[in-house]
Amino acid sequence: MVAMAGKDCVGIAADRRLGVQLTTLATDFQKVFQLNDKLFVGLAGLATDVQTLHQELQFRLGLYKLKEEREMTPQVFSHLLSQLLYEKRFGPYFIEPIVAGLDAKGKPFLSGMDLIGATMTAEDFVVSGTCTGNLHGMCESLYKPDMDPDTLFETLAQSLLSAVDRDAISGWGGVVHIITKDGVTTKELKGRQD
Amino acid sequence: MDSVFGVCYNGGVILAADQSNARSILVYQENLDKIAELTSHSAMGVAGPNCDLVNFTEYVAKNIRLYELSNDGTKLSVHAQANFARGELAYALRRGPYQVNILLGGYDTNEADKSKEGASLYHLDYMGTLHKVPFGAQGYASYFTLSIMDREYKENLNEAEAITIVEHCIAEIQTRFMLKQPNYIIKAVDKDGVRVIKYGSDPSDN
Repeated sequence: MVAMAGKDCVGIAADRRLGVQLTTLATDFQKVFQLNDKLFVGLAGLATDVQTLHQELQFRLGLYKLKEEREMTPQVFSHLLSQLLYEKRFGPYFIEPIVAGLDAKGKPFLSGMDLIGATMTAEDFVVSGTCTGNLHGMCESLYKPDMDPDTLFETLAQSLLSAVDRDAISGWGGVVHIITKDGVTTKELKGRQD
Repeated sequence: MDSVFGVCYNGGVILAADQSNARSILVYQENLDKIAELTSHSAMGVAGPNCDLVNFTEYVAKNIRLYELSNDGTKLSVHAQANFARGELAYALRRGPYQVNILLGGYDTNEADKSKEGASLYHLDYMGTLHKVPFGAQGYASYFTLSIMDREYKENLNEAEAITIVEHCIAEIQTRFMLKQPNYIIKAVDKDGVRVIKYGSDPSDN
C-alpha cells in the first residue's frame, strides 16, 4: 500500500488481496480504514492483526473523542499507534502501518512505521507491504509536489498498479481514497487479476 | 488433513466436511461430524484436532446461548456470532491458540429489516482472520476445490445447484487427494434451520 501528499490533499491506496502464502483466499479484503473525516490508516501485514488493530484503534479514537470532545489529529494518532505497537515489543503485531490525514489546518500529514512502532514522517509519500521496493521506485519516478486531487489519484493509482504487477503476492484489484478538506472520494481500481 | 468447504446460495448455505477422525497413522473413526451447530440457524464446519474442535465450538455455542438468556432472548446475527468467534481466536492466539480453521455459515431471519435477511458464510482461520465469502474451503481441500467453486459458482444459485457444486468438489478430492476420505457429511442452513442433507456414515452411533 502507498500514501501520497498533494496540495491540501492526501491519498492512500492499497491492493485487495487476502492470501495465505501462495493461495489467494479473497479479492475484496479491506486494509485501509477511515477513522475519522480526515484520517486514514493503512494496515499491511498479518490479516488477523489488521482486524484486531483496526478494532483497537477505533476504540481508542472513540475514547479520545469522548474524553477530549474533539477529533484526534493525524500527528497524535501516529504517535498513539507507535505506542500501541511498542507496547508489544517482545510479541509484536505483525503490521507495518501507514497513516494519511489532514491536520487541523488542512495540511497533509503522512507517516509510516515498522512493526514495533519506529515512525517516519514524510512530506511526499510513504509505502508498506510486500512490494515496498517496487512502490518506492514508482513513487520516486511519478511523484511531483503540490498535485491537485485528480492528478494525485492518477499518480497513486499508477504507482500502485505497476508496483503490484511485479509482485506475485500483491494485487487482485486496488482501492484509492483521496482526502480533501471537502470530503473523501473512493475509487476501485481495475487491475490484473493475477 | 480435514476437508471442510461451503457454498452460499439464494436462501441458505451448504457446509460439507469429511468424516475422518485420525491422528498420525491411526484412524480413530470414519463417522465424525465436524459441522457443529451453534444456534438454530448457524453452524461451523471445523478443521483441526478433535480436542480444539469440541472445546472451541462448545465454548462459542454456549456463550452465544448465554447472551440470548442474559439479554431477554435477543438473537445474535451470524455476523455477530462470527465476530465473537474471531475475537476469541485472536485473544487466544498469543496465549494458547485454538488450532481450528472454521467456515461459519448461517441464516439471518430478520422480520424487522428484510434487506438484512439471508444466508452468509464466513471464513475464519485459527489466527482470527475473518472474511465474508460466497464460498470457501479450509485445509488441503482448498487446493482442490476453490478453482471448481470459482468456475461453477454464480449469484442466486438454488439449493440443488449448490449441492451439485459441493458434490463435484467431493468427487475431486476423492479422486486427487492423497488421503482417503470416503465419508462426507453435508448440511444445509436455511430459514428452517440446520439440517443434514446427506452423510457418508451415521455420526450418531454412540
